[in-house]
Amino acid sequence: MTGGMSNKYQLPRVRLENDLVAKYPAYDAGEALSEAARCLYCYDAPCTVACPTSIDIPEFIRRIATENVVGAADTILTANLLGASCARVCPVEVLCEGSCVYTGWGRKPIEIGRLQRYATDNGAGDVSFDKQPPTGFSVGLVGAGPASLACAGRLALLGHGAVIYEKSDIPGGLNATGIAPYKMQAPGAIEEAEFVESLGVSIETGVAIGEDITPEELLEKHDAIFLGVGLGGDSSLEVRGGDADGVIGAVEWIRGLKTGDTMSVHHVKSAAVIGGGNTALDAARELAQLGVEEVRLLYRRTVDRMPGYSHELAGARRDSVIVVTDTLVEEVVVEDGKAVALKLVRADNGQPTGENTGILPVDLVVVATGQARMRDLIESFPSVEVDGKGHIVTDPASGVTGNRLIFAGGDACNGGKEVVNAVDEGQRAARAIHELLIPGKQKESA
Amino acid sequence: MPDLSIDFAGIKSPNPFWLGSAPPTNSGDQIMRAFDEGWGGAVWKTLGNPIVNVSSRLGAVDYSGSKMLGLNNIELITDRPLEVNLREMTEVKKRYPDHAVIASLMVETREEWDELIKRSEDTGCDGLELNFGCPHGMCERGMGSAVGQEPRVLEELVHWVMETASIPVIVKLTPNIGDITEPGLAACKAGADAISLINTVQSLIGVDLDLLVPLPRVADGSTHGGYCGPAVKPIALRMVGVLARDPRINIPLSGIGGISDWRDAAEFIALGAGSVQVATAVMHHGFRIVRDMIDGLDNYLAEKKMKSVNELVGKAVPGFKEWGELDLNYHVVAEIDDNSCIGCQLCVVACHDGAHQCIHQPGVAAVPGHVAPMAEIAATRASRSAAEPYRVPWVDETECVGCNLCSLVCPVDGCITMAERRRYPEKETWNERVASGGAEIPGGIKDLPPRS
Repeated sequence: MTGGMSNKYQLPRVRLENDLVAKYPAYDAGEALSEAARCLYCYDAPCTVACPTSIDIPEFIRRIATENVVGAADTILTANLLGASCARVCPVEVLCEGSCVYTGWGRKPIEIGRLQRYATDNGAGDVSFDKQPPTGFSVGLVGAGPASLACAGRLALLGHGAVIYEKSDIPGGLNATGIAPYKMQAPGAIEEAEFVESLGVSIETGVAIGEDITPEELLEKHDAIFLGVGLGGDSSLEVRGGDADGVIGAVEWIRGLKTGDTMSVHHVKSAAVIGGGNTALDAARELAQLGVEEVRLLYRRTVDRMPGYSHELAGARRDSVIVVTDTLVEEVVVEDGKAVALKLVRADNGQPTGENTGILPVDLVVVATGQARMRDLIESFPSVEVDGKGHIVTDPASGVTGNRLIFAGGDACNGGKEVVNAVDEGQRAARAIHELLIPGKQKESA
Repeated sequence: MPDLSIDFAGIKSPNPFWLGSAPPTNSGDQIMRAFDEGWGGAVWKTLGNPIVNVSSRLGAVDYSGSKMLGLNNIELITDRPLEVNLREMTEVKKRYPDHAVIASLMVETREEWDELIKRSEDTGCDGLELNFGCPHGMCERGMGSAVGQEPRVLEELVHWVMETASIPVIVKLTPNIGDITEPGLAACKAGADAISLINTVQSLIGVDLDLLVPLPRVADGSTHGGYCGPAVKPIALRMVGVLARDPRINIPLSGIGGISDWRDAAEFIALGAGSVQVATAVMHHGFRIVRDMIDGLDNYLAEKKMKSVNELVGKAVPGFKEWGELDLNYHVVAEIDDNSCIGCQLCVVACHDGAHQCIHQPGVAAVPGHVAPMAEIAATRASRSAAEPYRVPWVDETECVGCNLCSLVCPVDGCITMAERRRYPEKETWNERVASGGAEIPGGIKDLPPRS
């Protein structure tokens, strides 16, 4: 958003994600002006309605058009503190750009995502935020992903102390470790976390809840708590050989690609990605873009049942990913402890039929069938409950849990949605926490 | 194929498209290339005694991503030696005998006028254009618009010229004046063969907001210049029309001001111009634009079944009236086509904030007793498609004054049309009302309650 990340957080200089090129180059000023000029400046605009954080999109685009780039960034960040990463990672095809009146008219929609990126890249650094005087209250936030960052940033602007506790060494959560590199690379997410720190938030990395600090200690230290813990590790492949070398969870694999220094696909000629969600599609596209000759996406149902976005599926096909549907893995064939092939069976509506469909030689198997839940961590907080799916039970308007001092948002509550949803939930919680600490015109939300 | 050739006050040209006196007609080389592209005539960059120019000289207004909607210049007349210009003019005329070459002139004394007219005629050029329009630099020295703004001075100067000149004389007028008919009549009275208008409009193009110096910047400052380009077309069109409809002005008019394509040209011709002059559009895109101008005008005339461009000259003049002659009983209301509407609701906000509050979003109920056929349709459709919000606005015809604003802001061609709803079948004008003594409208000062 400004001039790159500082030296505070360390990333390996050589990361595999560096080999993946950005999908779109950044606009230069002339391009941004001419695209902004195309915007109709709709009244009661559908793009704004479609945005989970309700960014006044026609307003910020008009500000770009009048060369008021700082004002444009202000409009964006006022509604969405993580406007810089949302500009890159939002599925605009199904949100703002998908609802642009040009889209309905059969014309190319305004490139809202790219314009938002232009505004935040070039204007965010000069936005002066209206920061309230210190209130003396302090809020502890668990996890440094988008939900906590958005919540903490808002709280800091409202004058509250905000301390984020993050287990890993870098902040950003899935924004740093999980976003497809052609959308955003890890340094971009870390830079944005540093922007949030600049608002008065402190981030303590390398701190694990339950080990380095207990929930009780957190509740004693802070006046309120926000849980932005996200989801847990990858679901494993529950078949014979599913734990062999060469079988890896998708979230773990993508994290290695983005933040590790030991990843390589040189030895991989044939890879299989198991799953049909957006994480599966991301992993498959990344493998194909890194030059893996044969990348197969193995999904247990038909294409129309895939939970991943159709535009991402189309992108995967453009990247030469082979999409294999109605297929389940029955066994991983292991030689010398290493996965070498998959035994496949036909599936009918996701259930095995017993009909063998062949043996697929593979060098790498990426499992993208979901993520575990952080049930234990969550339930270690008093009176915080999870539902049958492992999601934290909250009041959606405020994010408050069964404990009136504890709030939550992001993937841990919604089961894994977009960054922009996490931001929305984090910001809602910040407003509710503010109301809790300094009861104002609204009734106390807990 | 329609005949585009014209005889303008005795100046013959293969088509009505001339280059106006400006940088594109600086030199013989440029003019010959222009003729090769298809231009019918050229008015040479104004000749006179040597001047010096400044740098920079041009500034522009860009609008909404479009470059050079308006152009402003502080350049003076030709900065090349007279002898060179005259020699090249001779050469051009020799090589292009069928094209119109017109010498634009601007000097101070009678002796200078006489000499320059004779020298120009020696080149074989087809006509003279007297530059009484330039609104910057030269006028500070008593020339250009300083003459055009003083009808009596203009009349006397034209008299001098007419006594010497043996070829057609066009008087070029400045728009920087209250009533354009005054210099127009003066030119007629003095015996000019034709009038051309408009020269540029006095302007200051902008301010550099970093340096806080006006533009175009010349070191530590700037000066006012002459405004031209598409932005001035409506100003020019009115002035040409005003002279064209004045029965006292009965000499040909050459239209100038923001003409960029055949449509602009056709509009000027329909409002009375016998030829048109173009400069800014050529400065923007080059001489090649004339190809489409010729082709477009050809096709238009053919479509309108006109055999010659001369048939188009003045065709729209009878329709250019005073306000008091307009039909008060004519009335239109907006109609929105719900098939082509894209739901941007620009008409809603324009009508509510900038007009007469008669276009409403679906979901707003119609006022009982008002004519609003679409309101009901909107209500039905909105309830039927909850997933895909119905965004087509509706018009309260009872409140619609027929101003056009909604149709002007609508981005979709043909989506909003203005449907005729005459108030009364018979025509009635304001002038007729005044003549019949019925011009008093209730609700004025006389009807105010006493002050308390």
